Amino acid sequence: MIRLEGVSHRWGDRLVLDAVDLTLTEHRVGVVGANGSGKSTFVRLLNGLVLPERGSVQVDGLDTRTETAAVRRRVGFVFTDPDAQIVMPTVAEDVALGLRRHVRDAAERSVRVESALAAVGLAGLADHPAHLLSGGEKQLLALAGVLVCEPSVLVCDEPTTLLDLRNTRVVMDMLHALPQRLVMVTHDLDTLDGFDRVLVFDGGRVVADDAPAAAVAAYRALVSR
Amino acid sequence: MSRLPPPGQYAPGRSVLHRWSAGPKLVAVGVVLTALVVVARPWAVGVGLALATTGYVVAGVGWRVALAQVWPLRWFALVLVGVQWWLAGPQRAVVTVGALLVAVALAGLVSVTTRVSAMLEAFTRAAGPLRRVGVDPDRVALLLAMGVRAVPVVSGLAREVREAHWARGLPPDPRTYGVPLTVRTLRHADALGEALAARGLDD
Repeated sequence: MIRLEGVSHRWGDRLVLDAVDLTLTEHRVGVVGANGSGKSTFVRLLNGLVLPERGSVQVDGLDTRTETAAVRRRVGFVFTDPDAQIVMPTVAEDVALGLRRHVRDAAERSVRVESALAAVGLAGLADHPAHLLSGGEKQLLALAGVLVCEPSVLVCDEPTTLLDLRNTRVVMDMLHALPQRLVMVTHDLDTLDGFDRVLVFDGGRVVADDAPAAAVAAYRALVSR
Repeated sequence: MSRLPPPGQYAPGRSVLHRWSAGPKLVAVGVVLTALVVVARPWAVGVGLALATTGYVVAGVGWRVALAQVWPLRWFALVLVGVQWWLAGPQRAVVTVGALLVAVALAGLVSVTTRVSAMLEAFTRAAGPLRRVGVDPDRVALLLAMGVRAVPVVSGLAREVREAHWARGLPPDPRTYGVPLTVRTLRHADALGEALAARGLDD
């Protein structure tokens, strides 16, 4: 369970989250909102990338402020731009990077990397230069790099924004097939089909919180005002 | 020659050199280059070139990969031959430029037959004693990996900035080229830092 209690946060003088209280227990939670509405800050709170100025964030009982390392092992994060997440020159090496500090046994690392690559359909590209992958493959690589650490929650910040229609479908099918809980920010409202709950952010507050159809309708009404 | 692969890029394979671990390979290259510098004779350069050529044949990576390692040196080597010939004579020119080519070819051979992760493991093991003086070899290894990764990333950003210039019909200008490239590189570094933190690599 993810719980936010009285969370407020500012970037400089700008209040980006304003006293947000939420409890997330659903398997798939979507997050939508205009640029600057606070949704990216919200999802960064879940992994401890951003610590709240006020209030607290807990993931499965772990406080992001005091147990940040444990929270990050539990919560995987996929960013919009996969290029910013790739560190190592080849696909398999990049996936293995997250295991360097926690899994010392090379054989176990290798098995887990193969398994993660197979899970996202990149098994045949293990030795391929990572920077030469297509955009969709890079996003799948970023996903494999997160899944190899076996998180129980996956947070994705606009994972399909830079992808074409086909790659969007591939990535979304992959995300829907995962057993992990998923919290996903998106501007592509079609990708919210099958989600259990959708939060609509505006001005740092959750202004709608409903099933996808109702939440998307509320969001459309909000932007057409 | 614009279609040569990038120098130093790992070329997958199952040769003896691919299976040999990184530490001994680096030591062997160090021994050969030290001998080359100490002997400093044209025949030694010949032996070095023969060793490098044999190495590439054994690795089975193909002539294009082999050529890609030394091709970027061509103009520098040409100028160096001329200068050395003029200043110190033909033998010195052959030895200096030949030793340089052998060094780059052998370093390239290590790179194309060794995964970066294997080199980092070797570095982490070798630098283990530095923990006693407060150096974290894992962090230094990660830094080296990011340095290797920075080459294609920054060259990609440079290409995008150049294309943006062309698209707007701007004349070449170091300021209008350097400023956006610097800003974009810093933004990439920021995003990379955030991604590393998200993957638990900063704890």
